[in-house]
Amino acid sequence: MNRIKNITKSIWVFHFASGPCNNCDIEILDVLTPRFDVERFGIKLVGSVKHADAILVTGMLTRKGAPRLKELYEMAPKPVVVIAFGSCASSQGIFKPSYNRTVPVDEVVPVDVYIPGCPPRPEAIIDGIVKVIKKLRGEI
Amino acid sequence: MRIFFYYFVFPGMLFSILLGIFASWFERKITARLQWRVGPPFLQPLYDVLKLFSKETVIPERGSEVVFIMSPIISFVVSVFVATLVGIAQFYPEIGFQGDLIVVVYFLTIPSLCIILGGASSSNPLASLGASREMKLVLSYEIIFWCSVAVVWIKTNGLLKLSNIIHFQTQTSPVIYSISGFIAFVLAFITALAKLGRVPFDIAEAETEITGGPYIDYSGALLGFFKLSQYVLLVAVPFLLCELFLGGVNVLKYIIILILIILVENTNPRLKITQFLWFAWIVLFPISLIAIILAIKGL
Repeated sequence: MNRIKNITKSIWVFHFASGPCNNCDIEILDVLTPRFDVERFGIKLVGSVKHADAILVTGMLTRKGAPRLKELYEMAPKPVVVIAFGSCASSQGIFKPSYNRTVPVDEVVPVDVYIPGCPPRPEAIIDGIVKVIKKLRGEI
Repeated sequence: MRIFFYYFVFPGMLFSILLGIFASWFERKITARLQWRVGPPFLQPLYDVLKLFSKETVIPERGSEVVFIMSPIISFVVSVFVATLVGIAQFYPEIGFQGDLIVVVYFLTIPSLCIILGGASSSNPLASLGASREMKLVLSYEIIFWCSVAVVWIKTNGLLKLSNIIHFQTQTSPVIYSISGFIAFVLAFITALAKLGRVPFDIAEAETEITGGPYIDYSGALLGFFKLSQYVLLVAVPFLLCELFLGGVNVLKYIIILILIILVENTNPRLKITQFLWFAWIVLFPISLIAIILAIKGL
């Protein structure tokens, strides 16, 4: 339990983009800007999944992306949190009837938090982060 | 017993880790304020390290296991040793030994060597790219650092003990007040930026192009040891600069050097490795030779 509590004070996020339309990815950059600055919670983006405490998945999983997401999840040092970001990652969104869809993210890896929206507003993202922290601390 | 106290508690491990964590927080906070952000909470680097030590450590399958595990630990142990020697010269001038300046300058290379070894042993192409960049960096900046130390050696009439150098400068005047001393200080400051992996010369790490370079496959406690040795070096290297050029350490001098590092870091883009090689060998190296000649002339 104590191990998990240490994570909540400094969450390093690895951003995995699998076939997004780039809207979600731009919104992620928004929360790093001076207006919403998430570094005040100790959150920062890292480039390698080996450093990550949270894997943030955007976009509808493609056939190339799904096996790689599984591989990355197995590679990441545990405990690790998976966040499905945006409508596509949560429930495949408007691409549900598409011919080239694969499975939703939560059928590949266990998802802890869903942040819906197309794209989610920065306030929704920060709300999602707060919910992650509360869940890890066992307050929800 | 006193030796263990020096190494593990006062100028060594505990003191330099705590001060380094504070310095790293200070650096991140000032960076955030310069970018008009709020910045991380107090002692955020401490939480980072605690988290890293409580996480799982993943060891790559195809890498060389022993070198991969040993290099962060050696890096940490050696940087604490450097911090101890540098701290002893300031706080306990009666101990220390003849020629500890040479030992300190040699040992300051070992953390960089550990980064090279760790990066090359992890069998990741980006990590080995970072390791080769770090190798080129070490080959270029090391001679400039030696030349600027040689200027101090000439200006203090051939003293090689750090506490004697501090004493000599308090008796006469700090080395930085002469022309050759000032040039040598600027050169040593530039090489200190490269040693610490700070922005104009963070070519080996390069978060945005090779995603952390040598550190890319490190996780958990091993990454934590690398972070800790960076924090310790953030204490040891500015302390060494203060002792060599400014005549002893105090809080004001340390903070001034730290703020200089932060300002350079926030106002400069990253150089390419070819640009750094050119800068080091064509621009800085002749200047360091000129500084030595000026020092011999007595300027």
